[in-house]
Amino acid sequence: MSSADIHYPETEDEVARLVAAAFAAKNPLEIRGGGTKAGLGGPSQSASAISMTKLTGITNYDPSELVMAARAGTPLAEIEVALAANNQMLTFEPMDYRPLLGVTGEPTIGGVFAGNISGPRRLSAGAARDNLLGVRFVNGSGEVVKSGGRVMKNVTGLDLVKLMAGSWGTLGVLCEVIFKVLPMPETSVTVVVSGLNDAEAAEAMAAALMMSVEVSGAAHLPESVVAKVAGGRLKGGPATVLRLEGLTDSVEVRTERLATEMGRRGEVTVLDAAQTHELWGDIRDVAPFADGTSKPIWRVSVAPQAGHQLVAALRLKTGVDAFYDWQGGLVWLRMEADAEADLVRQYIKALGGGHATLVRADAATRSSVPVFEPQPKALEALSRRIKHQFDPQGVLNPGRMAATI
Amino acid sequence: MSELIAFLEPDKAVIARRPEIIADLAGLVPGSCLITEERELVPFDTDAFVSYRRMPLAVVLPETTAQVAAVLKYCNDNAISVVPRGAGTSLSGGAIPQEDAIVIGVSKMNRIIEVDFPNRAAVVQAGVTNISISQAVDADGFFYAPDPSSQLACTIGGNIGMNSGGAHCLKYGVTTNNLLGVKMVMFDGSVVDIGGKALDSAGYDLLGLICGSEGQLGIVTEATVRLIAKPEGTRPVLFGFESSVSAGACVTDIIGAGIIPVAIEFMDKPAIEICEAFAKAGYPMDVDALLIVEVEGSDAEMDAMLERIIEIARRHNVKTIRESQSATEAALIWKGRKSAFGATGRIADYICMDGTVPLGQLSHVLAKTSEIIDHYGLRVANVFHAGDGNMHPLILFDANDPEESRKAELAGNDILKLCVDAGGCLTGEHGVGIEKRDLMRHQYAEVDLVQQMRVRAAFDPKWILNPSKVFPLEGRCGGLAEPGDAGPDHGKAAA
Ligand SMILES: Cc1cc2nc3c(=O)[nH]c(=O)nc-3n(C[C@H](O)[C@H](O)[C@H](O)COP(=O)(O)OP(=O)(O)OC[C@H]3O[C@@H](n4cnc5c(N)ncnc54)[C@H](O)[C@@H]3O)c2cc1C
Ligand SMILES: Cc1cc2nc3c(=O)[nH]c(=O)nc-3n(C[C@H](O)[C@H](O)[C@H](O)COP(=O)(O)OP(=O)(O)OC[C@H]3O[C@@H](n4cnc5c(N)ncnc54)[C@H](O)[C@@H]3O)c2cc1C
Repeated sequence: MSSADIHYPETEDEVARLVAAAFAAKNPLEIRGGGTKAGLGGPSQSASAISMTKLTGITNYDPSELVMAARAGTPLAEIEVALAANNQMLTFEPMDYRPLLGVTGEPTIGGVFAGNISGPRRLSAGAARDNLLGVRFVNGSGEVVKSGGRVMKNVTGLDLVKLMAGSWGTLGVLCEVIFKVLPMPETSVTVVVSGLNDAEAAEAMAAALMMSVEVSGAAHLPESVVAKVAGGRLKGGPATVLRLEGLTDSVEVRTERLATEMGRRGEVTVLDAAQTHELWGDIRDVAPFADGTSKPIWRVSVAPQAGHQLVAALRLKTGVDAFYDWQGGLVWLRMEADAEADLVRQYIKALGGGHATLVRADAATRSSVPVFEPQPKALEALSRRIKHQFDPQGVLNPGRMAATI
Repeated sequence: MSELIAFLEPDKAVIARRPEIIADLAGLVPGSCLITEERELVPFDTDAFVSYRRMPLAVVLPETTAQVAAVLKYCNDNAISVVPRGAGTSLSGGAIPQEDAIVIGVSKMNRIIEVDFPNRAAVVQAGVTNISISQAVDADGFFYAPDPSSQLACTIGGNIGMNSGGAHCLKYGVTTNNLLGVKMVMFDGSVVDIGGKALDSAGYDLLGLICGSEGQLGIVTEATVRLIAKPEGTRPVLFGFESSVSAGACVTDIIGAGIIPVAIEFMDKPAIEICEAFAKAGYPMDVDALLIVEVEGSDAEMDAMLERIIEIARRHNVKTIRESQSATEAALIWKGRKSAFGATGRIADYICMDGTVPLGQLSHVLAKTSEIIDHYGLRVANVFHAGDGNMHPLILFDANDPEESRKAELAGNDILKLCVDAGGCLTGEHGVGIEKRDLMRHQYAEVDLVQQMRVRAAFDPKWILNPSKVFPLEGRCGGLAEPGDAGPDHGKAAA
């Protein structure tokens, strides 16, 4: 694509005009946030692109209302700085894929919601979609549509906000997003249990989440990856890590209880706030597999207790390295050679269902393997009908999520 | 009641075919699942929005997903309207039928299928009551978080239909934040499974769309919900303030200080008086507004949190602080609040409004609400979830006086419009139903509504599912099932 074919709209109206023209001409458009080389999804089938990088700015932020509104192209970094100045944060902790994918560029807030990008705190605070309150977007015929608003509770009509989250720009071009923000926890600590194997770790994490101590992050780092996080500070083999956050006095009490309980399972150490911050940043951004290679990486979402079973099953068949977030329900798999899509998906199905996204792979693999989980027929047909109702000519990011969407 | 709200013109041809339709239904479900006698149909002619009633053509109470599927397929093939129903506690008329419609109620499907603690999930049939999920897992230290005040009666299917929430939503979210998966019967009788025990599901967020769709996208027969570990303890504190304004400011400051209690409930003077007279909870009578702030955790944690909350309340000249010292005292603090609806019902007829506003607008909206109420010469009591800006003005009136009834409805409409104008929305938890259907244009532009209706059409091309709800009757668009069809066909229905 020559750079002449990339449009940089500065207003919502301009986005609407561009899409309306594409609709009239049946001319597919690629929707770009940060304009980073998106290493995922079906290859772009579009001759033109809209880059959202000039549609920027925080449009409304009143910290005491716990709500922020911003134009979609606003760099995530700018949002985070504004929030930090008020001691607030995006509670769903969006991950930064750049280290993993070895790309540069500036992730945008629109891209975060378009991809429903959520980090470790998803376990307790919900995903990006749970925190998105309102949207303004341009649908595939160039109409400006709004849904939701800036209140926490809203059941007025159909919730198109949720639908837009995670639709990867295939249903509409997000122009403005309104989202919930939360106070930064006063402090955070991590209780580390050392020496557990994957199955023991799954049990330990489940036990921790059954306690009334409000674990806000639960991950397991097997021996093979443990040295690659937190500056290699975690000693003593595999580490099962449990994060507690909140008011200082409260965290102290809960740490004590959790550490006592976990002490029955393995050796326990406790990381302070700074170490906790570093560790969970590494887990969030998949630091163990940010290795500069293009070895295939899967992001797998399954029932928490199924994660380690999946990995154990795969190990009998192929070379794979793995670690676990979300109490074991988010599995990051690095395949040593082949992506083994069929195998991965077949085991997920056998273990009760879930889905796998191929997050990193060389171009040849990406074009031969469905990147996003193929859906059962009835749901695929439904998704196609929905896509059609937003984008009747199929001009928005065709092929990005699936061949037919 | 004055019947300000129109219904769709019932299809006379369908009504004429009633005997034949009933015979067909009898072939699809066991006799014990089919209700056709007028006397037995009466309980289904309305929900908790009792001012409107319509007799359904028939009621089916299936026992299995397959039966739901068979009936839905039959209705779609024969273009017969269907009204999904849980317990019928909707306050917006979401489950009110029509003379040409078949009610499909899930109340017989009330089994808890599986409780899975390690994965923190429960799989339940759609007809289980909200409270019975928490009861089933209570002994093991878990609960299901969304807690509508109707939780003794309302079903999880209805909760999904309305995306219900309760007092504890501030911390734990509403139904949509606690739902992992559903089994749902589509318009044509096909059965889809969406989501499951994994936290995220693949593809478009259909679960998010179904939640709060008011029975228009399909009939949910099973749900997988999140279970959460119960806190060690909970403790409510009662605060009395000189004015609603200082109570409102206190709420904003608590949250602004980075403290998220599990619940912050607000009551104004009339509400305090009504509830105290009924519940004898010992509420202070010399204040203009009450807050009930509930925290949870271990004793030490609660102490720490409350110390900060009390300090903030002091800055807002709090007049009364009552910390509960025992479970009995805690129950008493909640008793007044929880009996608000019942207590109000004893002194007058009332309609309960359900608008939400941005937190910063609470005081403004409260003041304007009393102006509106004064204008109509009525009375209002305000009880609501202050932490998330969900207001519940209870408008008092005399239902035997047609003029007062009409005024109450008009005042309610004005208040909801006020919420929207203040940056909020028409409903935070009770849904649009028929009640707020004609106000939808106040919140949404035509293009916004049409986009929603087009999504609806992707799920229900013939518009048979709960057809007179949510969307204004005029200017509807339906059809458009398959890609390649022409644009939306506007103006199908009329009242
Ligand atoms: C499997 C996977 C691969 C990823 N690959 C990359 C990558 O290569 N580089 C990278 O920086 N991040 C990548 N991301 C992460 C994610 O996209 C970023 O973290 C960030 O959220 C996106 O910021 P961006 O503005 O760069 O989005 P982009 O990478 O430009 O876009 C991400 C997706 O969102 C859509 N989108 C962006 N803006 C809008 C909008 N305003 N309205 C509608 N749709 C929009 C795009 O069409 C695309 O489908 C990936 C995420 C996943 C799950
Ligand atoms: C005293 C009282 C207090 C209340 N307090 C609250 C409160 O605090 N918070 C709150 O949110 N609500 C509250 N409500 C409103 C009401 O209880 C909720 O909306 C509840 O979720 C309705 O559940 P139900 O089973 O009674 O559903 P119904 O009233 O039968 O139906 C509600 C809607 O869901 C649809 N539906 C029902 N079952 C299904 C299904 N299986 N599949 C698809 N669609 C279905 C119906 O068509 C209808 O549109 C209260 C009501 C009362 C009477």
